Amino acid sequence: MSLIAFLGTAETGLIFGLVALGVYISFRVLEFPDLTVDGSFPLGAAVSAVLIVNGVNPFLATLLACFAGAGAGLITAWLNVRLNILNLLASILTMIALYSINLRIMGRPNIALLGETTVFSPLEALGIPSYWAVPAALLVLIVIAKFAMDWFLNSQIGLAMRATGTNARMARAQGINTSFYILLGMAVSNALVALAGSLFAQSQGAADVTMGVGVIVVGLAAVIGGEAVILPRTVFLATLACVAGSLLYRVAVALALNADFIGLKAQDLNLLTALLVAVAMVLPSVRAPVKRALKGDKRILGKLK
Amino acid sequence: MKAIRLALAAMAALCVANAATAAEKSVAITQIVEHPALDACRKGVKDVLAENGFVEGQNLEWSFESAQGNMAIAAQIAKKFVGDEPDVIVAIATPSAQAVAASTDTIPVVFSAVTDPVAAKLVPNWEHPGGNVTGTSDMAPVDKHLQMILRISPNVKKLGVMYNPGEVNSVSSLEAVKKAAGPLGIEVFEGPAPKSSEVLAAARGLVGKVDAFYVPTDNTVVSAFEAVVKVGIDSQIPVYAADTDSVNRGAIAALGFNYYQVGRQTGEMVLSILNGEKPGDIPVSGVKTLDLWVNPASAEKMGVTLPEGIVKEAAKVVE
Repeated sequence: MSLIAFLGTAETGLIFGLVALGVYISFRVLEFPDLTVDGSFPLGAAVSAVLIVNGVNPFLATLLACFAGAGAGLITAWLNVRLNILNLLASILTMIALYSINLRIMGRPNIALLGETTVFSPLEALGIPSYWAVPAALLVLIVIAKFAMDWFLNSQIGLAMRATGTNARMARAQGINTSFYILLGMAVSNALVALAGSLFAQSQGAADVTMGVGVIVVGLAAVIGGEAVILPRTVFLATLACVAGSLLYRVAVALALNADFIGLKAQDLNLLTALLVAVAMVLPSVRAPVKRALKGDKRILGKLK
Repeated sequence: MKAIRLALAAMAALCVANAATAAEKSVAITQIVEHPALDACRKGVKDVLAENGFVEGQNLEWSFESAQGNMAIAAQIAKKFVGDEPDVIVAIATPSAQAVAASTDTIPVVFSAVTDPVAAKLVPNWEHPGGNVTGTSDMAPVDKHLQMILRISPNVKKLGVMYNPGEVNSVSSLEAVKKAAGPLGIEVFEGPAPKSSEVLAAARGLVGKVDAFYVPTDNTVVSAFEAVVKVGIDSQIPVYAADTDSVNRGAIAALGFNYYQVGRQTGEMVLSILNGEKPGDIPVSGVKTLDLWVNPASAEKMGVTLPEGIVKEAAKVVE
């Protein structure tokens, strides 16, 4: 793999690390299967693209994109909490609606950002080649995001949110307003995903209305895959696992792209993702016996004799 | 832990063990999704190169990756190609072209099947792009299409355009149709279909409202073209297309180019660049050859008689 391909893998992996963190909040902390991300990812891209093309400061545009994503999350949560629509269905409704909303916001299916001032322009102006500048900036951002999330999840509000996800009834009995925490959690989750969408559009040179398809799959693969590699014993390790999972997924994609000599082509990616997630889900139960066998457990050796 | 370390080492070895074959020239080609038209485009490029002495395996290193409709994968493919440093990167369709153009400003990039390269910010203008990007546009000459429609069905006053609002090429085509239809006295009705499974319903929704259907070069609608033909036959509404392959599948007529020709034009550009020309000096080209294809059997089923003159003019009459 060339250096540029490796840095490209890191870049995409770090951006989708933000998606993984967002999916972690909804899927793991709140136990809320959230397909809204397929709509909030392009929503973030759409909002920031339209603003940037109309001359707005890119940092402000990105911030507004986060608010837009938060709005989308709030809608899904509101449908669930106020109208009692099943969480999965509520998220599907918002995802479908967002397709039309994104088209309305952009006015056309694709807005090109090549040559526009983006959040990465100041770094490029320093003379650093973009294939270094962008991953480096993203690494700093994701470290900040990860530690902010660790702090948040260990704060009073974060603990209340975790309690809501673990056992809503018990949480309510303890006086926690579970509706509020679901709304808050979904807003934060989708704000992160919209941020990722905005950064992706700015680094790729275009916001396209179809760029959200499959984001939830990638997010889940990252969260679940990461958990198989780094056991999420603490919040610190859990968020680290999300980012690691996202990077591992992108490495797997890059391997599929580079492995022509063993017959794998990019077309096999979906199969690879499915296998990866399946292995990741089976790994925890297989881990212990495999470990024992490697250490030469006498029971297993005895059976072999 | 040991097993994990072994696995990581194996993965690292796989990453590194990719020896480049010694070849004279290398061309890397990517497309956003696999699709008969885009595949034909790619074949056109390859054939032109082969006819001019660049054959895969002998003196040409040819790598192809499809992004399977996923922009994140298109981004990784773009980075991979830039890292491989080929002599030319060919990108078929707007999202792939944008991803590649964003990843390099030194390696020559030739786009293909991009309807509006200026709006996509790939090139500043058609005549002298100036940078490292040039290519072929598949913008359909819709005014000629409308004239053809009026020649065969002169009573058409309301035209139904089937398209996917999520495809930027179709939105551009729709706008062009609306612009050209005004002076001709034709009213345009939209039949939006965001997914290929919704094409049938969208077509049915226009029955009774339109005198004819027109299907532009839209990936979604063309992949479900038979649905539009079915509605046309059931309701006796003529169906016209913008690409010639659809005439095989039931359209009455199309004044189109086929994507193989677009690919060949792209291949000519790639050839010039391989022979030393700078991409910035090569103007973006539109479609040059237009062929008229007609399907008399389909016309009959839809209640239309093709004028003799048209059938004689046709480059191909589909049986």
